Amino acid sequence: MPRIVVDVMPKPEILDPQGKAIAGALKRLGQTGFSEVRQGKRFELTVDGEVTAEILEQARHAATTLLSNPVIEDVTRVEVIVEATIGAGE
Amino acid sequence: MTETPLIGDFSPMPDSGLSGARIGVITFPGTLDDRDASRAVRIAGGTAVSLWHGDHDLKGVDAVVIPGGFSYGDYLRAGAISRFAPLMEQVIDASKGGLPVLGICNGFQVLTEAHLLPGSMIKNNHLHFLCRDQRLRVENSDTAWTSEYAAGSEIVVPLKNQDGQYVADEKTLDELEGEGRVVFRYVDVNPNGSRRDIAGISNAAGNVVGLMPHPEHAVEAGFGPDSSAFGDVELGGGTDGLGIFTSVLKKIVAGAK
Amino acid sequence: MSERVDARLETADEAKNEHAEFGYVADAVEHIEGRKFNIDTVKHAEETPDTPLPWAELGLKEDEYNRVVEILGRRPTAAELAMYSVMWSEHCSYKSSKVHLRQFGEKVTEDMKKHLMVGIGENAGVVDIGDGWAVTYKIESHNHPSFVEPYQGAATGVGGIVRDIISMGARPVAVMDPLRFGAIDHPDTARLVHGIVAGIGGYGNSLGLPNIGGEVVFDSVYQGNPLVNALAVGVMRHEDIRLANASGVGNKVVLFGARTGGDGIGGASVLASESFEDDGKPAKRPAVQVGDPFAEKVLIECCLELFKSSVVEGIQDLGAAGISCATSELASNGDGGMHVELTSVLLRDPSLTPGEILMSESQERMMAVVTPENVAAFEAIMDKWNVEYSWLGEVTDTGRLIIEWDGEKIVDVDPRTVAHEGPVYDRPYHRPEWLDGVQADTFNSSAAERPSSGEELKAAVLELMASPNMCSKDWVTNQYDRYVQGNTALAMPDDAGVIRVDEETGLGVAVSTDANGRYTYLDPYQGAQLALAESYRNVATTGAVPMAVSDCLNFGSPEDPEVMWQFAEAVRGLADGCQELGIPVTGGNVSLYNQTGGVAIHPTPVVGVLGRFDDVARRTPSGWREDGQAIYLMGVTKDELDGSEWANLRGHLGGKPPALDLAAEKLLGELLINASRDGMIDAAHDLSEGGLAAALSDMALRFGVGARIGLGEVCERDGVDLFTALFSESQARAVVSVARSEEVRFKDMCSARGFAHIRIGVVDTENQALDFQDQFSLPLAELKEAHEGTLPKYFA
Repeated sequence: MPRIVVDVMPKPEILDPQGKAIAGALKRLGQTGFSEVRQGKRFELTVDGEVTAEILEQARHAATTLLSNPVIEDVTRVEVIVEATIGAGE
Repeated sequence: MTETPLIGDFSPMPDSGLSGARIGVITFPGTLDDRDASRAVRIAGGTAVSLWHGDHDLKGVDAVVIPGGFSYGDYLRAGAISRFAPLMEQVIDASKGGLPVLGICNGFQVLTEAHLLPGSMIKNNHLHFLCRDQRLRVENSDTAWTSEYAAGSEIVVPLKNQDGQYVADEKTLDELEGEGRVVFRYVDVNPNGSRRDIAGISNAAGNVVGLMPHPEHAVEAGFGPDSSAFGDVELGGGTDGLGIFTSVLKKIVAGAK
Repeated sequence: MSERVDARLETADEAKNEHAEFGYVADAVEHIEGRKFNIDTVKHAEETPDTPLPWAELGLKEDEYNRVVEILGRRPTAAELAMYSVMWSEHCSYKSSKVHLRQFGEKVTEDMKKHLMVGIGENAGVVDIGDGWAVTYKIESHNHPSFVEPYQGAATGVGGIVRDIISMGARPVAVMDPLRFGAIDHPDTARLVHGIVAGIGGYGNSLGLPNIGGEVVFDSVYQGNPLVNALAVGVMRHEDIRLANASGVGNKVVLFGARTGGDGIGGASVLASESFEDDGKPAKRPAVQVGDPFAEKVLIECCLELFKSSVVEGIQDLGAAGISCATSELASNGDGGMHVELTSVLLRDPSLTPGEILMSESQERMMAVVTPENVAAFEAIMDKWNVEYSWLGEVTDTGRLIIEWDGEKIVDVDPRTVAHEGPVYDRPYHRPEWLDGVQADTFNSSAAERPSSGEELKAAVLELMASPNMCSKDWVTNQYDRYVQGNTALAMPDDAGVIRVDEETGLGVAVSTDANGRYTYLDPYQGAQLALAESYRNVATTGAVPMAVSDCLNFGSPEDPEVMWQFAEAVRGLADGCQELGIPVTGGNVSLYNQTGGVAIHPTPVVGVLGRFDDVARRTPSGWREDGQAIYLMGVTKDELDGSEWANLRGHLGGKPPALDLAAEKLLGELLINASRDGMIDAAHDLSEGGLAAALSDMALRFGVGARIGLGEVCERDGVDLFTALFSESQARAVVSVARSEEVRFKDMCSARGFAHIRIGVVDTENQALDFQDQFSLPLAELKEAHEGTLPKYFA
């Protein structure tokens, strides 16, 4: 069954305390190749059947109303993923 | 009836013979209950030694408490960043040599992230931070930290956390049960959805114990569950957590003799 | 197939374009990481006097802007305009309230000040509690930000008040949160309750501060204007008191903690000076600040180490108006001059303009003044805690605050004109004409029926105890850590939170916050005094001696003369009341413009009284436990249902609030404190909202122990019916439970002081019920279910 993936990230101008703490830990562990870390959220919305334009529109609506807080977060991706591409461990 | 007794009147007198036992209490950035854990060690009669996460020196302590809090904000995963602190290398090595180690709440999370204890903690099943006076059953009184309790006895200590739901795969859970390594179990209410009502576990040797509730907040009459609970604890009670600390202190002193 | 949602990104771009207008005049052009913006220097301002400036958009009135020009003798630079606009906002300058607040300083006797070590004007007042210990505490509002983004708004409200406490040199030891929401069943209320409660818990719990009390009130008047007030208590040794001033020419100025980002730019001025719902425009940059409680916890420990090592001369937290506020206040409270290089500020967002850097409200930052000899020691402590810092400049004796951008002067002001000499308005006010009509509309003249039979009264008590304002607040308070630090001797739901200060002696403090918006609506002068009386009574009920007052005055628009009258009356009432009770106001906060579409909230002066215990072991809990103890009602009951919780349940709000007798409050307080100190009473609970019915229910539910109650004598003595005896909200009353062996002593004490007291029942551990003799019996299980079911029903 197809899934719609929604990625939500803290707005670039908004402080991301989690990302900041992780970046600090990486540095302390000697993994110095990264200048910044930002931590976001990934949602997977499973659809029974085909993803119609209407369903995709619903997903976009959900992304901007419920899944993200527009005051502090951006929706950076709303994308349909076919079964085979879903990450390992499934 | 008599007047309300003073706070402290009920607290048992510390055993003066235990003060030679030195218990280290680690402070990470974001640790909250370190001063409370040190107080508990002192009330139990021992000597508390402050340890700094960034040091490489256990200062020759006889046991270590990793206290509660939100080390590194609990960002990423609770305990995930602290587990890499320099001092944790010493703790991991020493625990393999038998050093008694107790992880409380965030400390328990650090121990699971460090793989000294199996399983992990996820967000409470009701998704809220929860602070309540929790009844526990001491399932195993053979560990370094529970020998002062009778197996099967019940105690009431505060529970306060956001990520307190203990999870592990069925095989691990069966092993823990089979080897008697479930040390504490929630009674009456499972406050967070933990598998098999598990509140605390130990390693196979019994020197490393982790638990989510806070025994260090039930060591002093008037400042623990008896002052705030809703009738679950007798007036002047609320010191059920003290046994955890006296257990390890007595074990240390006995071992030194 | 990949779909992107770009709407938000466009908004972000717009925001960036908007701040380009901030440096609207070409002079020096800076290149920072590929971005360009213009620097408006003092020299440039002198050369281009006619450049139009966006003072109105920044919230300044025309005469205020003209005053800035007059002070400077030229037009302000963009950076200066930013500073003046935020510092002269209502939020930072108290321009509408100042003329009234002066009474708190004027209506004070020397005797009232004898324990006051630091008074109004500093970050927080400091009270001497003896043995070399001092306590600082303060309450502040974070109302508007919490409506916009409930979680972060409430979280950063806790963060801000805690930094006020740290900057006095104290270790924060407790927080409390008085909260007011709209109607419990309004669709938007759940959003606010969930976000705000989680935000307070998420931040406060992570800081390791026990949350020991507060309020949760629901009333439709707060629908678009929830009140999120936060109180923090700190403890220090006398010698550790630190003040916010920059003294000692040549001393270094350092900014440390989190980096500066675009957080809440304009939040301080824009949000505090106009109703954000009216125009619906987002601020130039996000008006929300995101809190990082972990960074703040580290900051607390790091600051305490700085104080212990005596490494800082002066310190100031950064809150509203950020660096503008910190530099101008530090400079004007010290030797009067400071020189700062603004490009030294560590940025999270390199695109920020100088004006934005000055206005940014990024959280978890502090500014300190350090002698050159202590610089190395300071840096070592920063490194230990892994806290970032940057040296910005130094203290001068020029009397000027000079801020440079890469060596070019962009601010050259007398810091006092920014921090202390803002506009002061004596706004017109008058008593609303509608008030006579409201006061004439009493509950007794309304059509509401009065329950009278036993069955009706039982149903009434259950209805009251399940009502949104009287129900159990466990669902909220169980999301807060009340144990951490190990010094909590009482917390919710007891009358006041009690914290031990000295572990050796048991020396400690009690704090309670109270307000009744309905009372204050019916009579602002008396309503404010009733809030003070209740808070005073709560503290005394636990056995503590009241010592000080902090207030958070939440009102509508000061530009409405009727609201302004409510404010003026409430302040006058509080100041008079404090004088009569003999306890000083040590500090507080004013939140105005709490209104939507011309309709203001009920005037809500939240009063926090702090009391002192020689030994917190003597604290009196609010529930009885021991079988056979006698239950006494102290005080006299009158027919006072106007503005009551019961009238509220019947949708009635009119008449006059309960009569106030501060002398009786003081006497009741003394009796309760003596009874606690001498071990005469084992439980005490004050009577306030919901009257005797609520008090008895609370006391029984506290430890789940029942009682047998008979109110015949009360009704006879006071000339009231049973309904009135149970639901009237007459003041200066409390219920206590007295050990049999202490009854004679207790009665003698009350008689000797001429204070009404009457035995109304006995504690009964066998019978799991509140038994009202010959009337009705209320099983505790039924009462508990009604009491505890309400919040989970709406929010769980």
